[in-house]
Amino acid sequence: MTLWFVFALMTVAAIFAVLWPLSRARQASLGASLGGNEAVVYRDQLAEIDRDMAGGIIGVAEAAAARVEISRRLLAASDQSQSEAPVQSNLKLRRTAATLALVGLPVIAAGVYLALGSPQLGDFPLSERSRAADANQPLANLVAQVEAHLEKNPTDGRGWTVLAPVLSRLGRYDEAVRAYRNAIIYAGDSADRRADLGEALMGATGGVVTAEAKSEFERAVALEADDAKANYFLGLAAEQDGRKADAAAIWQGMLAKAPSDAPWRPMVQAALVRVGGVSAPGGVSAPALPQGAMAAAKDMSEADRSTMIRGMVDRLATRLKQNGDDVEGWLRLVRAYLVMGDRDKAMSALADARQAVANDAERLRQLNEGLKNLGLDG
Amino acid sequence: MIAESGHYALVLALALALIQSTVPLLGARWRDVALMNVARSAALAQLLFVGVSFIALVTLHVTSDFSVVNVYENSHSLKPLIYKITGVWGNHEGSMLLWVSILALFGGLVAAFGNNLPLSLRAHVLAVQAWIASAFYLFILITSNPFLRIANPPIEGRDLNPVLQDIGLAVHPPMLYLGYVGFSISFSFAVAALLEGRIDAAWARWVRPWTLVAWIFLTLGIAMGSYWAYYELGWGGWWFWDPVENASLMPWLAGTALLHSALVMEKRNALKVWTILLSILTFSLSLLGTFLVRSGVLTSVHAFATDPTRGVFILLILCIFIGGSLTLFAWRASALKQGGLFAPISREGALVLNNLFLTTACATVFIGTLYPLALEVVTGEKISVGAPFFNLTFAPLFMPLMIAVPFGPLLAWKRGDLLGAAQRLVAAGIAALVAIALVWAWTYGGATLAPLAIGLAVFVIVGVLCDLAERVGLFRIPLSISWRRARGLPRATWGTAFAHAGVGIALIGIVCETTWNSEYIGTMKPDDVAAIAGYQLRLDGMTQRQGPNFREMIAQFTVSLDGEKLSLMTPSKRNFTTRGSSTTEAALLTRGASQLYISLGDTAADGAIAVRIYHKPLVLLIWWGPVLMAFGGLLSLSDRRLRVGAPKPAKAVRALQAAE
Repeated sequence: MTLWFVFALMTVAAIFAVLWPLSRARQASLGASLGGNEAVVYRDQLAEIDRDMAGGIIGVAEAAAARVEISRRLLAASDQSQSEAPVQSNLKLRRTAATLALVGLPVIAAGVYLALGSPQLGDFPLSERSRAADANQPLANLVAQVEAHLEKNPTDGRGWTVLAPVLSRLGRYDEAVRAYRNAIIYAGDSADRRADLGEALMGATGGVVTAEAKSEFERAVALEADDAKANYFLGLAAEQDGRKADAAAIWQGMLAKAPSDAPWRPMVQAALVRVGGVSAPGGVSAPALPQGAMAAAKDMSEADRSTMIRGMVDRLATRLKQNGDDVEGWLRLVRAYLVMGDRDKAMSALADARQAVANDAERLRQLNEGLKNLGLDG
Repeated sequence: MIAESGHYALVLALALALIQSTVPLLGARWRDVALMNVARSAALAQLLFVGVSFIALVTLHVTSDFSVVNVYENSHSLKPLIYKITGVWGNHEGSMLLWVSILALFGGLVAAFGNNLPLSLRAHVLAVQAWIASAFYLFILITSNPFLRIANPPIEGRDLNPVLQDIGLAVHPPMLYLGYVGFSISFSFAVAALLEGRIDAAWARWVRPWTLVAWIFLTLGIAMGSYWAYYELGWGGWWFWDPVENASLMPWLAGTALLHSALVMEKRNALKVWTILLSILTFSLSLLGTFLVRSGVLTSVHAFATDPTRGVFILLILCIFIGGSLTLFAWRASALKQGGLFAPISREGALVLNNLFLTTACATVFIGTLYPLALEVVTGEKISVGAPFFNLTFAPLFMPLMIAVPFGPLLAWKRGDLLGAAQRLVAAGIAALVAIALVWAWTYGGATLAPLAIGLAVFVIVGVLCDLAERVGLFRIPLSISWRRARGLPRATWGTAFAHAGVGIALIGIVCETTWNSEYIGTMKPDDVAAIAGYQLRLDGMTQRQGPNFREMIAQFTVSLDGEKLSLMTPSKRNFTTRGSSTTEAALLTRGASQLYISLGDTAADGAIAVRIYHKPLVLLIWWGPVLMAFGGLLSLSDRRLRVGAPKPAKAVRALQAAE
């Protein structure tokens, strides 16, 4: 309501600005105040000549010549002002102008404003919105607040420790990596943080244990030999590198040392099944994604998830292009393309794979076997 | 409520401008005082409403109201307050709002202080101002509305382009706009004169302060922009003949010509039609600059957003105003009474020469800027007209102009004595020759043109001093009388002297910087030493630092001269997370008028960093020159006296030399 009141006040002010001179017409016409005119300027110029001559700036002869010229202009100017029509007062015109202001101005203003404006929207200054923080606020806003706090207090280790896992869960891995690094710098090094950092790095690369991530896991293990997460991912790294026996050894070692009620037992057992180490009870299906990436994928929209998967597949393809010995990898790639419905790419990957392992009879046999299982030609 | 009130205020300003553009004209036609006076109150009210609108937008930026698209796209809650404010015009919509605010400001000033104008002239001027204003209000409201809203506002904005997060943004655009838009007043006066069909010396007297104000701001705005580019972009260059720079240079050249021709008109009632044409052209070039920068025809820091509808709209405005005013000129100019006569060799003649050179220079810049664009539109072929073209065309035009500069003020009005003027300039000529000889000997075997150019600059500067000495009769009459005369000289004379000397000083800076600039480009590791122009710069190390909305890597250099430690320099690279971009912050060390300049490049894997180090001799003179020119303009502006160009009588006794 106040908004419309303010608009009304502003409109009245604008109309008043037009009507005011119209209402003062009578006095103005009587005084016939036509403002300044040329004659005034020339008279001032004449006075100026006298002053200049007195000050010695121009000579007597020049002054005389200038005076003649200016007097001529002065005469011309007064001739002109006399020939001009006298000032009139046209009541009809004034009424038209007044009507224009009273009707036209609000109509134009309202018409244009209603077409463009959003009168239903109030103000949203940031300070008021932050104060209204409550449980209903989306997670992103809370994160933004913590981030804002950390921009100002970048050495707050506790803040970084709180922020990092949230970012990781939101799938903002690059920022999570930075947050974990800062947490390590300002809140102290620990095996957990190193392992989490490694996991975030993996998330950023779509689930591939890069050299960078691997070195973080190694550091975590160096700090605490039994760190479950770091050990699990070191095993995964070995698996991704094609060293299945090493992976199995690492995971078996974990299972041997772990208490029987460790929550991660089923997952490691499943992984072990995957690399053909020991068969696990119940035949749990193997998680294809690292834990973090999996959790993130669950919250993602369909589009985001497919982008993420696509990214992982692309990375796998790149890795295989550099090192084509990994038959298992080739099979995974072909399968991925088939699942994604991209048969052409699957076929070209298949051809690449054949070419890559052509020199190795044993690998070629494994490849053909695998392809047969996928339902492709032998 | 703030956002919507600002929006509504802008709409009201449009409505007022529409009334202001019609009613006063009717009033002038029927000679009705009341209707003519509507122009005045409407202009003041329009200023009030645009002001409200602008303040509303500033408030929205300061309070980070991200429900406004403009704020969301160009602000960030963590930005320092100053950049929240300057960010208002660091984007297309906001900068257009600043443009119309300044337009309304000038209109309001004419309305408030134009009491000495004839009523019908004032009504005409304000009506023409309102035409321009209406066109731009419509442009803003329809294609570039800064008050559009988002129903579900995001919690954080996208931040301002990091290059613009600099104190330069607080100064450069407002100054430049004050200059660009200021010329709208002389345009309106010219169109008003054409509409009224009469023009005389008094007209020039009335336009003078407005043209001067616009020229001062444009000069400072261009100089400021050049200095900003110099220290922010990290290349050490100060002028690139970039189309956007040219777009600001063209109105400056035309405006400078206008200042000089208006002088002839005011004092001698001559060159009237030409002055009118120049007024129209100057503002047309300002509009053209706005079109080039805002339409997205060019890509540069200045082209914030490209949107074809905007381009078409501005092009339409451009065609209507330039085409319309030139048609009006062609139709009405012949009806204007011709003014006084003068001999070719006279002060008037010298000013005509000045105008010839300036307008030709302006035309070459115009061709060099627009030809590539036109060619691309017509044939699709992309060519670039760069520095070589401009150096080859612009410099030969400016050299003779510079030679002529000291002669102008020494010639008498109406009929001058070239030989006499030359005799008075002997001292300047000798000084120039000595300067050439000295520079040539000192840099023996170096560039040949540079000493000549410096000699020319010295000629201009000493020529100005000769003129002053002549006027106060230095050494010819007792010193005390000279002193009294110097104090009695009109301030406009001093203004001329400062402005002309400023040109010479800027020329020295330009020649020294381009000729004897030395540079070191390479990668450095901590404790490496780079040697340049006698200085040793040691890279001490690099540190990381957290800024308000960026992280920066600072490199620290110790500068020493002949083994003696002088100072520390800390260039840095800033990383802005929100926009994911980085800027280089060059470090400058000023020694006299020369500068050492370090800017950082990329870091290599082994910890080495690419650096560019420049030594720029006398580079600051490039900007001191324009500042001096602007100061001269200010002095001239403060001279509220009437100006009379006393003609030299045909058979004069040579008593005293004709002056102002």
